[in-house]
Order: sequence, then structure tokens, then C-alpha cells
Amino acid sequence: MTMNRIDQRFAALKAQSRRALIPYITAGDPAPQYTVGFMHACVEAGADVLELGVPFSDPMADGPVIQKACERALKHGTRLADVLDMVASFRETDSTTPVVLMGYLNPIERMGYEAFVRRARDAGVDGVLMVDMPPEEATAIAPLFAEYGLQSIFLLAPTTSSTRAATICAHGEGYLYYVSLKGVTGAASLDVEAVARQLAPLREMTDLPLCVGFGIRDGETAAAVGRVADGVIVGSALVSRIAENAERPEAIPAALKAVLGDMRDALDR
Amino acid sequence: MTKFSDLTRLPDAQGHFGPYGGRFVSETLSFALEELEKVYMSLRDDADFQAEFDRDLAHYVGRPSPLYHAERWSEKIGGAQIWLKREDLNHTGAHKVNNTIGQALLAKKSGKPRVIAETGAGQHGVATATVAARLGLKCEIYMGAEDVERQKLNVYRMRLLGAEVHPVESGSRTLKDAMNEALRDWVTNVDDTFYIIGTVAGPHPYPAMVRDFTAVIGREAREQSLAQIGRLPDALVACVGGGSNAIGLFYPFLEDEDVAMVGVEAGGDGVETGRHAAPLTANAPSGVLHGNRTYLMSDASGQVSDTHSISAGLDYPGVGPEHALWKDVGRVSYVAANDDAVLEAFRELTRVEGIMPALESAHALAHAKVMAASMRPDQHIVVNLSGRGDKDIHTVAKLDGLEF
Ligand SMILES: Cc1ncc(COP(=O)(O)O)c(C=O)c1O
Repeated sequence: MTMNRIDQRFAALKAQSRRALIPYITAGDPAPQYTVGFMHACVEAGADVLELGVPFSDPMADGPVIQKACERALKHGTRLADVLDMVASFRETDSTTPVVLMGYLNPIERMGYEAFVRRARDAGVDGVLMVDMPPEEATAIAPLFAEYGLQSIFLLAPTTSSTRAATICAHGEGYLYYVSLKGVTGAASLDVEAVARQLAPLREMTDLPLCVGFGIRDGETAAAVGRVADGVIVGSALVSRIAENAERPEAIPAALKAVLGDMRDALDR
Repeated sequence: MTKFSDLTRLPDAQGHFGPYGGRFVSETLSFALEELEKVYMSLRDDADFQAEFDRDLAHYVGRPSPLYHAERWSEKIGGAQIWLKREDLNHTGAHKVNNTIGQALLAKKSGKPRVIAETGAGQHGVATATVAARLGLKCEIYMGAEDVERQKLNVYRMRLLGAEVHPVESGSRTLKDAMNEALRDWVTNVDDTFYIIGTVAGPHPYPAMVRDFTAVIGREAREQSLAQIGRLPDALVACVGGGSNAIGLFYPFLEDEDVAMVGVEAGGDGVETGRHAAPLTANAPSGVLHGNRTYLMSDASGQVSDTHSISAGLDYPGVGPEHALWKDVGRVSYVAANDDAVLEAFRELTRVEGIMPALESAHALAHAKVMAASMRPDQHIVVNLSGRGDKDIHTVAKLDGLEF
């Protein structure tokens, strides 16, 4: 079997000693017809992996910015099936950039695990990160992910004990998503020193790339985190740009590129 | 077939009740839940802790609550004898306080100075604000903006008790959204905050823990039945929102196979209209929300449905995972009572017995009335009168065209 796109991408980055830039946008925000264009714009601005949010009615781990993105997407009826179609359409012209679906478990429960993994693989999805599915609750779906070549991306948090961290590292694939702070997405500020301290013991446990999300706002924070992590994940900072321009979506690709371009430069400097 | 005695050994170590339950939460909360589970497991069988809990239930809540024979109402219906387990007489006016006392003691033992809670009807919020006042804990309550509107009295009660009440404007502006917001608060303030969940839902260990704190209702009712009826009742009836008052009554009777149990969900405008809050009765597909897998009202793409009920406390699209299993194994049957039948039962009990029930509890009464009518006068039904109706006077008055 060929290497998963996520592993390929991180191997290439490692060879170049570069950090991964991982944007998150909510699919269907501000309306479904724009999402694929935004994905390409992110890649053009230097994104290495795309996290595509599956809108959910009850985004419990998200702050107001992403909650409102979900509401805008759901107002247009963006369903999991539509998100998979967006990935398939993105793949028509981009066969190399890894795509990770991020969201909450219930839409997958409703579609059914078998149907989901088959359709996700066919669409060209590479990894799945369900915020409310820790490894303990992933035992039923994990073998299906393996069979269909999808990678399970798991979260680590400042509150994760070393015992749990060992379990998560053992089950994680692709990369580990380190949540930089106690809070919801879009929360204020992250403490780079603290993140550095917490990543150190994780390095002992795993060879997986450690990427950090929550609180990455601009080139400066991206660069600071990039010095201690293998990648940075940026969500609310991008979704705010989408929200500001929701009435003139044609301006959004440039707005996304401006934010990501700064981060790319700062990371590569 | 599952032996009913096996049901008392659940949940398993991962918090599963068969396919339901579990701990579907974001990683930041995993540690807090593990910690809570450890504290709870160590205190559950601790004699001193139990003694303190029992003392509070006796002298602060006023337990045991009476088992009252509603003779006049039973006679009027002309069938089985109806007995009311008077949780409405508890301090703060509902069954919710039993659980709140237990969790607040845990908060104190865990050294957490701040408690938060979600509330629908406001009864759980009031019970939480009450115990927080008594223990000197800082208290913040999340309540859907729609519920803030229809339960004004309880909102003011909570504020008098020193709690901060946050109206939640997101989503359907009801109980599920209040729970989302409480979870967001908890994830942010997990170091110093204890989340007092108000029903047998949420991630493990909440469903089991809330059940254990609430089961005092059924333990008393069982003894009182033996003493006052001279035998166990033929049936138990309780309303089901998240399911805590129902579990509290049912659990100690699980192995009494001759005792039928009926959980009554909110039928709203009628289950067939889609405007209801009755996931079990409607056979909603299983889904994951708020940390557990259960019967969950959602659309074909997995978005959680808006619910409808005249009672804010039952207006929730899911149900405690243990009820989901009890439905599947056939130990408990679940039905729905519609808003109009509920209002009729509310008015009838008030007029005939001089007891004004909460609209939530009136769901159980509405169904008990139907059941009783088809039973013999020498048969007995125990209904959980989970709360008193003062908080609902606004809602009922509005239907009568009155505004205060
Ligand atoms: C009086 C009363 N009964 C019942 C309920 C429903 O909760 P549960 O199903 O957990 O008992 C509520 C909730 O607010 C309530 O206030």
C-alpha cells in the first residue's frame, strides 16, 4: 500500500526541516459553493494539511467564532455527505494535499461507520479527527479506518495525564494535535513556554509529528510555536476573516491568503 | 434474554450500559472525569460520606418524602389506587436536590471552590444555587434564553441565592444549548470548577453517580409501599426528561420483576407531529451528544433536532443511556404524554387533591390516569411527583390569557 498523504507530507517537511502550516475552515461557511475554492486558496498560500470542519448543531468544544461558522453552514443545509463531495471535488485538481475531516461524532454515527469510511476513502479524505471521540471510544471504528486507509488523529491537552498520553500516542496516526490551552477554540492566548515544557515528555513517547492548535493568531504566534512544534494549526483566526466577509465571499480567498501567507513566511524564516 | 439482575451491575468500567453511555468528550475533560470517577468511587462506599449525605437528606432536604394515597383522584378515575411519591415536598421543590446535595459534597471533598450547572426548568439550577449558598461555593448557572423567559420565577430565585445566571442564546436556546455552554465553561475552568450535571446523562461517571444519589427515592418508596400498601405496587410511573427522577424511583425495584415500570416522555404536540421531546417513544436512532451514546433525536445527517415540550425540564433531544438500555431489554416501557393531556392532569390534581404538580411531573400523572382507568381498584400505582408546580404558574396563566 502506498504511504498515506499525511505521512508523505510530514516526511517531506522533515527532510526540509520545515514546519507544517495547517489551516482549519468550516465546510459550507459562508455557503457550500465557496468551500472548495477556499481550500485551494489555502494551499496556494502555503498550507501543508487542510483540516475541514464538518458543521454540527452542537459544537461543544468550540468558541463563538466556530459556533457561528457552523450556524452559517447549517443554514445552507451543509451535511456530512456534502462535505465529502467537496473533498472529492477538491481532489479533481489537488491529489497531494492531505485533507483531515474535523468535527463531532454524531454525523458519522448517523451515516453509519461502514458507509462513512467507504465514502470518505472514495472522496479522498486522509484523516479523521472527531473532537468527542477519544481512543477509548474509537475501538469500533478504528479497524474500519485501518481497512480503508484513513488515519485517526487524536487530541492531547494540557490536562492529559502521562498514562493517557501513552495510550493516545499508541493509537494516534498521522500527527498528534496538541491543544495549547484549557478552553474552547478561539480562546485568548497561548503560553509558548508552557507548550514547550509539555511537548518535551511527549517527544519521548512518540515519533509522530506534534502539531499545536488553539490560540495561533498571526505570524508571530505561529513562528513562536513553530520553534517548539512540528506544525501549527490555525482555525478561528481564519474563520473570523470568513465571518467578516460573509456578505462578499469573493473577497475571502485573498483574506485567507493574507493570514496564511504571513504565517508561512514567519514559519519559514 | 438479559436477566434483570444483570442490569444492576452496570455500567461497565468504561461507563457503558450495553451499547450506550461511555465518555465521548474532548481530551481536555478526560482527566477531570477520571479524577471525578476516582473520588466518587472512593466515597461511594465510605461510611462517613454516606452518613453525611443521609444527614443532609434528612435535615436539610426533609426526607423521607411521604408516599401519599391520592384517594379522591383514584376514586374519580375509578380504577387502580394511585400513590404519589411526594418529591415536591423536598426543600427547593423537586427531586433534583437529592443529586445536588451529593455532588456538592463531592465538590467540597475535591477542593473545588466553584460549581456550574445547566438547567432547563430551573429546578436543578435552584437546587445547585441552594447547596452552593449553603457551602459557600461560587455558583454559575447556564440556562437557555427561551427557558429564562418561561421560568422567570426560578431565574430570580437563583439570583437571590447568589448565583450568576447566564442566558444561552445559541442553537435552540433550551436545555441542550445550556449544557453545551456549561461544558465550554468546564473545559475552560476545569482546574477550580466542579460541573454539577442535573440528570442521568453526560459522560461517565455522571449517569451512574446521579442515579446513585437519586435512588433514595425508590428505596424509600419500596419500604413505604410494603408498610402502607402491604406489598409492592403493581406499577411505577415517572416522567423522563434526562431521566433522573425516573431512574431514582425505578432503580431499587429493577429486580422486582412483577413491578411494571413506565417512563413518560414529553409528547409535545404529539409524537406523530415531530414536535415532541420523546426520543425513546419515537424510536429515535442512536447517537452521541454531551458525552454519551443514547437514543437521540437528530435528522438524517446527524444534526440534533429541535424539540418541543410545554415543560422546560423535559425539552431535551436525548435521554440518559441507562434508560436506552432498559428500553432495549424490555425492563421498562416508555410512552409519551401530549401537552394537552398534561395540562388537564395538572389542573385535575390541583383541583381534586389540592396538590399543584410541576408540568414535568404532570406527564407522569397524565399517563398514570390512563393506566389506572384500565386496572382494578385492588391494584396500586406509585407515581413520582417529581416537583411542585409554582414555577409553572406563569406558563399555565398565559394559556388562560393572563399575564402577571
Ligand atoms: C420537577 C421536575 N421533574 C422532572 C424533570 C426532568 O428531569 P429528569 O428526567 O432528569 O427527572 C425536571 C427537570 O427540570 C423537573 O424540574
